Amino acid sequence: MSDLVSREAGTVAVRASALSKSFRMHLQGGLELPVVEGASFEVHAGECVVLGGPSGAGKSSILKMLYGNYAATGGEILIRHGEAMVDLVAASPRLVLAIRRETLGYVSQFLRTVPRVAAIDVVAEPLVARGIDAATARERAARTLERLNLPQRLWQLPPATFSGGEQQRVNIARGFITDHPVLLLDEPTASLDAANRRVVIEMIAQKKAQGVAQIGIFHDEEVREAVADRIIDVRGFGPARAA
Amino acid sequence: MTMLDETPLLSVAGLSRYYGERVGCRDVSFEVYPGEVLAIVGESGSGKTTLLNCISTRLEPSAGSVSYRMRDGESRDLYRMSEAERRLLMRTDWGFVHQNPADGLRMTVSAGANVGERLMAVGERHYGRIRDTATHWLSRVEIAADRIDDQPRAFSGGMRQRLQIARNLVTGPRLVFMDEPTGGLDVSVQARLLDLLRGLVNDLGLAAIVVTHDLAVARLLSHRMIVMKDGRVVEEGLTDRVLDDPQAPYTQLLVSSILQV
Ligand SMILES: Nc1ncnc2c1ncn2[C@@H]1O[C@H](COP(=O)(O)OP(=O)(O)OP(=O)(O)O)[C@@H](O)[C@H]1O
Ligand SMILES: Nc1ncnc2c1ncn2[C@@H]1O[C@H](COP(=O)(O)OP(=O)(O)OP(=O)(O)O)[C@@H](O)[C@H]1O
Ligand SMILES: [Mg+2]
Ligand SMILES: [Mg+2]
Repeated sequence: MSDLVSREAGTVAVRASALSKSFRMHLQGGLELPVVEGASFEVHAGECVVLGGPSGAGKSSILKMLYGNYAATGGEILIRHGEAMVDLVAASPRLVLAIRRETLGYVSQFLRTVPRVAAIDVVAEPLVARGIDAATARERAARTLERLNLPQRLWQLPPATFSGGEQQRVNIARGFITDHPVLLLDEPTASLDAANRRVVIEMIAQKKAQGVAQIGIFHDEEVREAVADRIIDVRGFGPARAA
Repeated sequence: MTMLDETPLLSVAGLSRYYGERVGCRDVSFEVYPGEVLAIVGESGSGKTTLLNCISTRLEPSAGSVSYRMRDGESRDLYRMSEAERRLLMRTDWGFVHQNPADGLRMTVSAGANVGERLMAVGERHYGRIRDTATHWLSRVEIAADRIDDQPRAFSGGMRQRLQIARNLVTGPRLVFMDEPTGGLDVSVQARLLDLLRGLVNDLGLAAIVVTHDLAVARLLSHRMIVMKDGRVVEEGLTDRVLDDPQAPYTQLLVSSILQV
């Protein structure tokens, strides 16, 4: 089975080469804002790599490029999708969506809520999108929400009115529920209390044991120490700014 | 690993439409694949409705071609078909949801008949089955069964729009065109309609082309989007990429003009 092949420890899951990003701000007279230049790194199956560096250094921008949410200005992002290494930078929108469905999970910093959809269905949706029947998907969503201590009385409500930490747990549950071989994490623990932070640390460790390649941003020292196999300081990929 | 279906359902190439000297839309090309939702956005007068009408055979293009993959797998040029073939296609394989429900409904026959009529147009004759299917579809669009004999004149704007959707989906189309489906509705009514549309499109695996000036609608419903200005396509791509990292000057202006999507 392809999943087993791709998750053998040491297998490259993601390889970024000479990745760069600059924003051209047309409303500011075409101002060019270079953010990332020449980012090259590899992430292997079963490994958790943390992107480090100060605020504004370009950590989230790198993660968003890896998800296809930001368009790279240059370079290549190879991602193991099934048997093949596919370049996400050059991939068609349809291929990017297929990669997200099968291969690439993402926990964004903030949950984007959809009106009228219950929290449990928000969490179950990635499974339903992969063809799992609704009842099974909801059952697994329930177990994930339980693990993250989200009170059961909230499950049937749309998350729009939830607190920051509650929304974040819905978001984490949605990202972790699939068995995607690559997972991107943008400060998933930022608004969680200590007990729930420890749950997330456990969940990350479990994904590692399953051979999932994880790339994350964690401001919290304790979480970073607990999960990071390697830290990549993105200042190394910063543009040469005039002093 | 799912394979990408490589044959588009609809393929538009070099499409232009002029109104005398005035440009409706110019040199537009794109493809839509089965199960894919494409949003067409842009300011008023940018050519969205012109484009939608040209690709749905409601308006003859000045230049270019539109081809559609029929159920037998063969791709046909829409403007080389006979009028009768086109009409059959519109009745059986397509849906068209108008911004104003009055344009897509018959206001003086009952809700049930509005839905049933489309079934009869594709050959269903059994009264009991027609009524059962109509009742089922009314419930799918959240219209209570006891309203089946009421005329749409007696419905609210949101209900009329939901009825129009039921009328379009009852025949199991593969492609649905929508022109501002939530335009003219209250915000709360819009949210409900959007949620309903999202569910239906997902469950039925429909392909849809949705014209909207509302970027939040595009964000919620579509996989890909096309941004139009002055009749031309200025940007296209994955919906969240276009909205979060817009490249074209006009798209940046559009995205920055709204509070948050
Ligand atoms: N969509 C965008 N358009 C324009 N500029 C952007 C956009 N996204 C990010 N930037 C800019 O790119 C730079 C890097 O931002 P990014 O969010 O990647 O930083 P970060 O390292 O994640 O910071 P933080 O730790 O504060 O989250 C910032 O100067 C930011 O303003
Ligand atoms: N029947 C017509 N005769 C002449 N010009 C027309 C006709 N229909 C549209 N136009 C012109 O073609 C251009 C595109 O119009 P269209 O209705 O396609 O825009 P739109 O993007 O749908 O706008 P809106 O968001 O306001 O509905 C406009 O300049 C319009 O004035
Ligand atoms: Mg960030
Ligand atoms: Mg219009």
